[in-house]
This record gives sequence, C-alpha cells and structure tokens, in this order.
Amino acid sequence: MVTAREVVGTVTDPELPMLSLVDLGVVRDVRDEDGRVVVVITPTYSGCPALVEMREDLLNALRTNGFEDAEVRTVLSPAWTTDWMTEDGRRKLAEAGISPPGRIGPRPAGPVPLRLDPPAPRLACPRCGSADTEELSRFSATACKALHRCRSCREPFEYFKEI
Amino acid sequence: MNNAYDGLNEEHGDDARWAYGTGFADELSGVDRAFPSTVDKSDLAAYALMLGDDALVLAQRTSEWCSRAPELEEDVALANIALDLLGQARLLLTRAGEAGERPAEAPEHVPDEDALAYFRTAERFRNVRMVELANGDFADTIARLLLFSCQRLALFTRLSASADPVLAAVAAKGVKELAYHRDHAARWTMRLGDGTEESRRRMIAALDRVWPYLDELFTAHPVEQRLAAQGVAVDPADLRSEVDDVLDQVLVAATLTRPKAATAPGGGRDGSHTGVLAEMLSEMQVLARALPEATW
Repeated sequence: MVTAREVVGTVTDPELPMLSLVDLGVVRDVRDEDGRVVVVITPTYSGCPALVEMREDLLNALRTNGFEDAEVRTVLSPAWTTDWMTEDGRRKLAEAGISPPGRIGPRPAGPVPLRLDPPAPRLACPRCGSADTEELSRFSATACKALHRCRSCREPFEYFKEI
Repeated sequence: MNNAYDGLNEEHGDDARWAYGTGFADELSGVDRAFPSTVDKSDLAAYALMLGDDALVLAQRTSEWCSRAPELEEDVALANIALDLLGQARLLLTRAGEAGERPAEAPEHVPDEDALAYFRTAERFRNVRMVELANGDFADTIARLLLFSCQRLALFTRLSASADPVLAAVAAKGVKELAYHRDHAARWTMRLGDGTEESRRRMIAALDRVWPYLDELFTAHPVEQRLAAQGVAVDPADLRSEVDDVLDQVLVAATLTRPKAATAPGGGRDGSHTGVLAEMLSEMQVLARALPEATW
C-alpha cells in the first residue's frame, strides 16, 4: 500500500511537468492529523497562477489513492526560494534543457543591493555545453524562468532563475 | 448567444467563481492569520488596503502593455511584473478583508479580495497617485516602475519584520520579486538615458513627468504613523534617504540628473485621485459589475 507521502511525491508541477512538487520544494510537509492527510505547500511567486491547480492535483491524487480525507494548506513563511529545490529537481531540469538555478544562501540583512551590471551567471548551454551564452530577458514564459541564448549553437534556452 | 459574455453566465459551483477568474476561493487558505493582540483592526485593514491598492492599480496599468511593448521579451517582462504585483495585491486585499474592509455593494458570494477590487469607486481607493497615472510612452512606464519599485522594495525589506504575521510574510515574499522589478527598471533607465539622443530626450521627459509624484510615497498617513509606532507598519518618511541613495546611483549610471520638479498634489491615501483612475477602474470593473454571477 502506498503512503500519502508517496502519492504526494508523484504529483508534478502544472507548468514544469518534469518536476514533482516535492522536487520543486513547494511541498513543505505531509502529515497525518487524526486520520486526515494534511499537505502543506508554499507558493513560488506571490502571483503564481499554478497554485490553485497544484492544490487540485494534490487532492485528486490523494483521493484516487484512497485518501478521501485530505486537506492542502498554504504557508507563506518562510518564503520559498530556489534553494528549496532538490538535487533531483535540478538534475531533471537540466535533462529537460532548462538550466537549473544555482545556490544563493540566505539573504543578508539590510537593504537589497542594486544590480546594474548586465547579468548574471555565465551559464553553460544545456544543448551543446558551450559557455558562450547570453541573457535575452530576465523574464520568460513563466515567472520563475529567464530566457538565455547560446552564442555557439544559436539556440535559446530557459534558465530557472535564482530568487 | 446575444453577446460575448453570455457564455460566462452559466451555472457553476461556488468554488469556480471569482478571485480574478482563477477559481481560487481563498488566497490565504491555511496561512496563520491571527491578529496581533494590540493592533487596531480597522487601522490594519486600512493599511493593508493602501498597500494592496498600490499593487493592484499598478498591476492593472502594467498589464495594459500586454501585446504592445516595444519588443517581445519586454512584453513578457512587463506581464511578469504585473503578475507579481497582482499576486501581492491579492494577499494584501484578502488581509484587508479579514480585518474588516468590505464594500457593502458587493454581492454576498463575492470573496473579499474581489469585492474590494471590483465594487469600490475611485474615491474609495487608497493608492498613491503615482500608480494610477496613464502609462504614457515606454520611458514613462519605466520611470514610474523605477521610482515605485525603489520605494516599495525598501518598504517591504523593513515590513518583513512586521508584528502582523501576514504582512511580514507577504513582504518577505515580495522583496525578491521587487528586487527584480527595480533592477529591470534601473537597467532600462541606463539604456534609455545613456542611449541615443532620442531615447535620452524621452527618458528625461519621463522622469520630469513622474518625479512630482514621488513625495507622496514618503508622506506618512496617520494610519501608517499609528501602526508604525506599534511595529506593524513602516513609516514611509523613514525610507527617504535609502531610496534617494538608490535613485542617485541609477541616475549617475544613466548619465542623468535629478529632475528639478515641483511636487504634485497628493491625497491618494484619502481617496483624492486624478481623473484617470476612474477611467481605468471602469474598464477593469465593467464585467464584474455587469454580470456579478459570471465565471471564467
């Protein structure tokens, strides 16, 4: 018999189907409260439109596997950062041609320093491996990604940006 | 079908309705929402409404660029920024609703966040005037985004320590988003200011137009002062030197100078707005008011 945690581990992100919600670090906890399965999730971005689907997908998967009494709770704090993404998640992103985020560590206290220099880490192209890549846009088809291009093979690729 | 909206008016379960069309019944579902024991709830509601209205109105304005930005990447960028702001607005308006703000005109089935967004007239909005200004040209939009995001990032950085757990969580989450918005606007200011003769001329004109509305962002409302004394809010007057410092860094990098602009009248926090807010709201609210049972 599967456990609730195993069921939750099979639910994928609606916008990044190669990643489970656990890989993404969106699932904070799965626990039993007097026979009820409680799944605690956190949004990636304040306006992430996928959150409602994540909740539905989790409840459907649990129901399908016999966990009728289930609840999904949202927590906002501590805020999600890309550091919550698992190593498995990073590997799966790279395999899907999306450059995974680097590690950023906790934000230092005090004002956020202004970054005027055009960016960012020099990423290796996920297709040809060339280090000669450039940022096209810090925003892409979803809030969590940026758009880059390889100067060697000329292919654009997405980058799961650190926040 | 008599009109294009008829199809929206079908029978649906209550859960599928509203919340900006997402069917998302409760934005703060499961969030610890206890009120700090000492805080005046009507002050907290008013404060959440001020910050929420800033974010909502600027989200709506920014989303007007969808399909109209100068290049595809910028179209996507502005849409992402608008989405972040809308997300912040939803959380803040939901908090305002929990603390008691709700227009009586809204039908009962409408969640608080939607009731506040769609069923208030302009004079009941509490946003600063800067966010309601018409978009103007691309430089105007960038100038406004620069000034607003510099102030809002400084504010949210401090508000992350608010005694209200929801405001603290919303602010801590928003800091990372606003840092992106600010840096994006700052880099465009450099490109335009230190670009061609034409882009420089337009960037200077844009800063001249938006700058008069900056002072209002640092003018404390009595609600902000009372809540700041309790550790719930941030007194915006305390942010001025930090924001000025960042703006100066950007201007120097963009080879621009600070505009010598007079201060425009404020009063947005008390519901005194320019005429363009009512125009913007009439478009934003028309569907919700015409068909309050609509789903989409």
